[in-house]
Amino acid sequence: MSLRNSAVVVGIGESDIGHLPHMTGLGLNAQAARRALDDAGLRPDDIDGLVTAYSMTEPYFMLGTVLCEYLGLQPGYCASLVAGGATPAVMVGHAAAAIASGQANTVLVVTGENRASGQTRDQAVAALATAVGHPYFEYPYGPSIPGCYAMIARRYMHEYGTTREQMARVAVTTRMHACLHPNSHMKTPIEIGDVLTAKPIADPLTLLDCCLISDAAGALILTRPDRASGARSAPVWLYGIGEAHTHEHLSSAPSLTEFGVTRAGAAAYGMAGITPRDIDVAQLYDCFTIVPIIELEELGFAPRGAGGEFWEAGHAQIGGKLPVNTHGGMLSHAHAGAAGGMFGIIEAVAQLRGGLGPRQVEGASTALVHNEGGVLSSNCTLVLGRERR
Amino acid sequence: MSSTLPDPRPNADSIAYWESAKQGRLVLRACAECSHKHFPPRRLCPVCWSESLHWTDATGLGTVHTFTIMRRAPVPEFAAQVPYVVALIDLAEGPRMMANIVGEDAHAVRIGERVSVCFEQRGDWAVPQFRRISD
Repeated sequence: MSLRNSAVVVGIGESDIGHLPHMTGLGLNAQAARRALDDAGLRPDDIDGLVTAYSMTEPYFMLGTVLCEYLGLQPGYCASLVAGGATPAVMVGHAAAAIASGQANTVLVVTGENRASGQTRDQAVAALATAVGHPYFEYPYGPSIPGCYAMIARRYMHEYGTTREQMARVAVTTRMHACLHPNSHMKTPIEIGDVLTAKPIADPLTLLDCCLISDAAGALILTRPDRASGARSAPVWLYGIGEAHTHEHLSSAPSLTEFGVTRAGAAAYGMAGITPRDIDVAQLYDCFTIVPIIELEELGFAPRGAGGEFWEAGHAQIGGKLPVNTHGGMLSHAHAGAAGGMFGIIEAVAQLRGGLGPRQVEGASTALVHNEGGVLSSNCTLVLGRERR
Repeated sequence: MSSTLPDPRPNADSIAYWESAKQGRLVLRACAECSHKHFPPRRLCPVCWSESLHWTDATGLGTVHTFTIMRRAPVPEFAAQVPYVVALIDLAEGPRMMANIVGEDAHAVRIGERVSVCFEQRGDWAVPQFRRISD
């Protein structure tokens, strides 16, 4: 059974974003959920399913039911999923499948953490290093998450000639976009030189090649297409979804230059019945600047090795051939655990609804979102659109 | 690197690997059915799922697939080591593993360079590391 046209997004909500010590992780989730519900014009009683991810700052064993309890929900469907950064897109797939199978009619998809204030920066870096690095065969060598992506970047530069300046352009472009978003974490423009001379983290990456650490949560309301008529905004349709899981730890990745993005993308395009040429705007996972360069190539938007040039030529800017990360991405809008990729989905829906002012991609009718988790370990692509397909 | 760094944590899958490292031997898991050699060690062959596995000595030679120089430590134990080199090594036998490049000239390491294994004492245990081969 295909999930094409199985569900529509009728509500989106972002919590406050930044350093918010007065809020808990659950509180951030509740704020985003409330905003998404209001956006959808629904009431709490309308929700009969909940899908969430995980939390490192508030590591409840059964986060989904903890959230239901906090929100006063007693749904007939509840799932807590863990696929690292790929989780939000995977969550949409589970929500759509629950709707398609009749297990739920209206599902709250919500995730977020107080990553900035719920732990120190050192704790954040350490927690991720021990969560994503192999505990027995990588951890003894002291890699960090930036270090793992730095190794991917260095190999990519070696094989395809991708340059530091091209990677820096990703940070500069997404910052420019974040400056147009009312709720983004970072709003000061940066230049190529700022990225190249920022504090070195793991060669060749500097601090500005790395995503933010924010307090933030994001939420979606998915419902059955035949129940969307009362929605306040035009419903956004799920066209396709695809996943690929190729490894967990970097040292066991089948390749450092060919990842599961291609396979996930092909499955999503196939379900949607479209090609990369049909996509008007893309929200790509950007935990580090090398990643959306690789994703552009694997998703068919640029030939292999030409992703860096794509960014350098300005094609990924709003107004360019294929605007990417129009909200600013995780590099400049927000990153808080699984919420990082969620904001890409929220932005895709917002772009398809239209009316975003200077941030609007003119005539956007089909959008792609790619989330990845681990070190390009788990991949999930979504294709969304404005009309039933 | 110093003894305050994390010790290996052997388990049932890996105890023989770490016992061998303590004796200065780098060992891999080899499949009796399909002859595939794998790392890290598992209960079954990840290619054919055979449970007939044995341990085999690696030559200890490899090439650098990629590397980074760490400028910020992920955990306090590594803070005193910064800057240090983390690399992925392609062993001559096929498997890839993570290790540090150690030695005075470690920071001059390049992709594609040949390296050889050495062992670094960590408490009662030893971890495989790699040095550049100057030829």
